[in-house]
Order: sequence, then structure tokens, then C-alpha cells
Amino acid sequence: MKKTLLSLSNLSKQFDGKNVLDSLNLDIYDGEFITLLGPSGCGKTTLLRLMAGFEHPDAGTITLAGQDLTGTPPEHRPLNTVFQHYALFPHMSVFDNVAYGLKMEKRPKEEIRERVDEALAMVQLQDFKGRKPHQLSGGQQQRVAIARAVVKRPRLLLLDEPLSALDYKLRRTMQGELKRLQRELGITFVFVTHDQEEALSMSDRVVVLKDGEVQQLGTPREVYERPANLFTARFVGETNFFPGEVESIHDSAITVDVFGLKRTLRRPDFPVRPGQPLHVLLRPEDIRVLDPADAQGVAGKIIERNYKGSTLDSVIQLEDGSEVLASEFFDEDDPAFDYRLGEPVKVSWVDGWEWLLPEEADESVHEDALTDA
Amino acid sequence: MTRWLPRVYLVLVYLMLYVPIGVLVVFSFNDSRSGYTWGGLSLRWYQSLFHNNAMVEAMWNSLWLALSAATVSTIIGALTALALHRYRFRAKKVLNGMLFVVMMSPEIVLAISLLALFLLVGIQLGYLSLLLAHVTFCLPFVVITVMARLSGFDESLPEAARDLGASDFTMTRTVLIPVIMPALLAGWLLGFTLSLDDVVVSTFVSGPSYEILPLRIYSMVRVGLKPEVNALGTLLLVFSLVMLMLSQWILIRSKR
Repeated sequence: MKKTLLSLSNLSKQFDGKNVLDSLNLDIYDGEFITLLGPSGCGKTTLLRLMAGFEHPDAGTITLAGQDLTGTPPEHRPLNTVFQHYALFPHMSVFDNVAYGLKMEKRPKEEIRERVDEALAMVQLQDFKGRKPHQLSGGQQQRVAIARAVVKRPRLLLLDEPLSALDYKLRRTMQGELKRLQRELGITFVFVTHDQEEALSMSDRVVVLKDGEVQQLGTPREVYERPANLFTARFVGETNFFPGEVESIHDSAITVDVFGLKRTLRRPDFPVRPGQPLHVLLRPEDIRVLDPADAQGVAGKIIERNYKGSTLDSVIQLEDGSEVLASEFFDEDDPAFDYRLGEPVKVSWVDGWEWLLPEEADESVHEDALTDA
Repeated sequence: MTRWLPRVYLVLVYLMLYVPIGVLVVFSFNDSRSGYTWGGLSLRWYQSLFHNNAMVEAMWNSLWLALSAATVSTIIGALTALALHRYRFRAKKVLNGMLFVVMMSPEIVLAISLLALFLLVGIQLGYLSLLLAHVTFCLPFVVITVMARLSGFDESLPEAARDLGASDFTMTRTVLIPVIMPALLAGWLLGFTLSLDDVVVSTFVSGPSYEILPLRIYSMVRVGLKPEVNALGTLLLVFSLVMLMLSQWILIRSKR
């Protein structure tokens, strides 16, 4: 059984009368890599700052391993932060930056030197001890910030979009390194990002946030394959939404009318009744593009094709004007596989690969939230 | 022709600026009593300057005043700048504006109002009145210098220090003050030079008990130009050059 390390209960926070967090509950397990994912303004950074102690909640409690931390100032919390723009002390050398936390603990000089060397070796910066932060590249500064935070051996490491200032390639390298560090140190990582790809590839669990409320909490696979609502479905990855209507209900399956096709699909967890409108969600890689002569499938034509190296991504316009994204792997037998623009095709999917969601009352609001991100 | 014309122009501009200073420096080593004829090289005016007890005393007075005024205004100014930067309060804009009023208002107005205030409160004109007056006109310059540095200050630095276990006081001592130190030094130097060569305000608020250098020179020149003044001017020139180099050195070091 997983042990809860940090427990947030009923946390609320307002800024200038605006709710940023609204009675939020979250349990973080000991040793896990958990990611707070959401568009800007969703409250993820505020949540992190509450954990670190830079902000105080209007209501609710923060408990770390059974100890109430709610009123504890940041310097007395056994957790450390990696800041978005690193926040390295510009007047101190790399060594002094990393040693700062240990000096605050009044550790003996010998121990400080050993532990700083060890931390710098961990991030492969042992040769940069004497440099000042401005003499380092962005990636190196990032490593110093990480070493400075982990040298105190915190129970929990908070990371506030630490990779957002790095270029794509360096970001991928650092993602791998962070995962490795987390495994080696066994420290619980709370990682904040607005990058869903980063969240999926790094985390044990993902918390999808919107307007200060948890939309979904689950493993990356759950969040991607079984989104809890339309917001999560739209925010995490690309999704096609097909309008469906329940025709008939069986024991473990339902028949749904999608663009006039009768498909027998797995019965969802939420209650359904005949005639109910549904969203049929399909990821681009679940779409099958068929020959126009094929009996099943929805007719449309190719309006865009993008060669992506390992996949061919296409946009298909259906007869009702809606667009479908398809992502297909290249077939070894047919390396010349391609489409021409305007080519008529049919679109289908394998039954059971879809995910069903009920219609939501305020669907237009989700669209707005997404354009902000 | 087109090639040497700009050069001649440049040379003329620089001659215009530096010939008077050059003349002053050269004549400070002049043996002749007259200010217009060359009588050979000599250090006699430096000698007589240092034997002029009233002059030496005024010099020390001025230095001490500038030192204390710069220090006091740097301390008050830095705290003011920090408060203006850190906290949001209602009178913030008013306070900020008032600093500029002090800086922009004519010196003579400041001088008269300070004199009136000192007479009203009953402060004897002397060191104390001079110090208060000098701190008053130095303060806005220090506040603005420090605020400029703080506006580029990364707000997550104090948080990082707290996060690593520093109390608010330790954070201020080990992170905040070192980071704004160049601005503190620049503000201090600015205050020092402002105080050192102030005439207008000092004329009004100084008393017979505490004579300072600019006023001493002023009164000396009024009764006739003595070559001693050239020597004094040369010394002041060297002194301000040293101060200038010092401030540049601090600035360059802080940028690294």
C-alpha cells in the first residue's frame, strides 16, 4: 500500500476576491513523481507556492507525514523548490549556491564540502564549482538549481516549470535526467508544467487542474486513454470528437449512431438512456483511413497531409464540414504510402478503441479555457 | 580638408573643456605670486595651503560632513527604497512623488525652507543643521539609485533563500544586501559628492562654529584670487578623479 507523504485538504486561496483554488484535496504518495498539469491560470503554481509556504491558504490544511505544516514558514518546511528561472544567487559561486542550505543548517565545514561535491557530481558539474551563475549556460544553471535543492535531502522536491526556459532538445535530456535523479534519490517530486507531453512522459501520476479544481487524477495512461471529462480530453493530446446518439442498451454494450453508422460500443461507466447524445472520442492514432469504396466508415476527403518522419498525419474533412485528425504509421510493405490533397477516403476505427463521454452543460467554456493555454 | 575638419573641431571642443582646468593645475605649481605670470616651478602654494589652519580645518569639516551625510542618507534611502519596492500601501505614490519634489525643487527654495525650519525648531546652525540639510537633498538620489537596482531584482531570490532555510533577517543579510550592494555604493558616492560641493543650501544653514570648504573657498575668492586656491582646486580635482574611477570600478565589477 502506498503511504501518503503530503496531504492537502480543503485548500482554498483567493487573490483580489478571485478564487484561485477552491477546496482542493490531494494526497501525494511517498516516493512518487506527481505532475500538476493545466493551462496558465489554473492554480498549479499557487498550489506549489502553498506547499512551499510562500503563500498562505485562506482555508484548509497542509500535512506532511502527519505533521501540520499550514502555518509553518518556508524555512522550517522539510521540502525544497526548484524555481522556474532557477533563482541562483548571482553574487555567489556555484559551490556557495549549493552550500547555502547546508550553511543555514550550520553543518560542519567538512560535511558541507562533501555533500556539495556529491550533489554537484550527481548533476555532472563538479568542474564548475568556482564559476558564477552568469558564466553557465541555461542547462547548467538548471542543474545547479537542482543540486542546491536536493543537497538538503528534502522529503519532497517542488519543481515549478523548471524546463520551460530550455530549448526542445535540452528539455528532453533534462526530462530524462530528472527521472533518473528521482529514481536514485527516492525523493517525492511534485512537478508543475503546462506541457502535456512532458507530464505524460515523466509522471507516475498526473493531476489535471482547471480553475483551481482537480479535473482528473490518475496515471498518464488513464488520463490519456480514459479522460474524465471534455476538458482533460482536449487538454491532454489531440482528440477527435464524433457526435453520437444512444440507440439501444445491452448488458455490457450499447449501440450508438455515429454519422448514420450503427456501432456497438462498450457500455460506459456513466448512466445512459436511449436517445441520449454522447461524445465519441478517438485519438488520431486510433483513426483508420479506408478506401472510399469501403462499406463502413464515414466519407470525407483529405485536406491536409503532414509528413512527420515516423507517421503521416492527415486532416480529413467530413461531408458535414467537421475535421478529423488521423495519425498513421508507415507500413513497411508500402514505403511510398501517401495521400494527395482532395483524395476521397472513408474514416473509421476499431470498435473498443473509442472513449465515450456524456455531453456537458457548459461545453463552450472548455473551448475558451483551451485557447488561453 | 573634409578629413581634418572634424578632427580640428574635436580638438577645439576638448581644448575648451580642459584648458581652464589645465591652467589651474599648471598655475598651482607656479612660484610667482601673480596669477598671470610664470615664475618657475614650486610647491609653495601647497605648502601655504597646509599651513593655513582655517583652510585645513574646513577641509576636514567638509570631508566629515560628506562622509556622515552620505552614510546616513544611504541607510535611510535604502530602507525607503526597500519599503517602496516591497510593500503595497496607500501613501506609496504620494511618498514616491515627494522624493521627486525634493529633487526637482530649486535649491534656494530648499535652503530657505530648511533655514526657517531650523530657526523654528531651535536647532543651532552648525554641524547638525548642515547634516540634516545634506541628508535631505541626498536622500532622493539614493532612493532612486537603489530602486532602479531593485526593479531588476529577481523576486524569487528571497524566496529561494527562505526555501533553503534562511530566516527573513538572514536572507536580507546574505542575499538582498549583497545583490543591491553596487546600488548602495553608487548611492553613497553620489551623496558624498553632492554633499562635498554644495554651496547654496550650506550658505543658508551653516553657522560660524562649523566652516566647510566650499564656503571657505567662496569667501576667499571674493577678496581676490590667491594662488592657494589653485592648489586646493588641483587637490580636489585629483580627489574627484579617484572617486570617479572608484565608482566606475564598482560598476564594472557589479556587471560581471
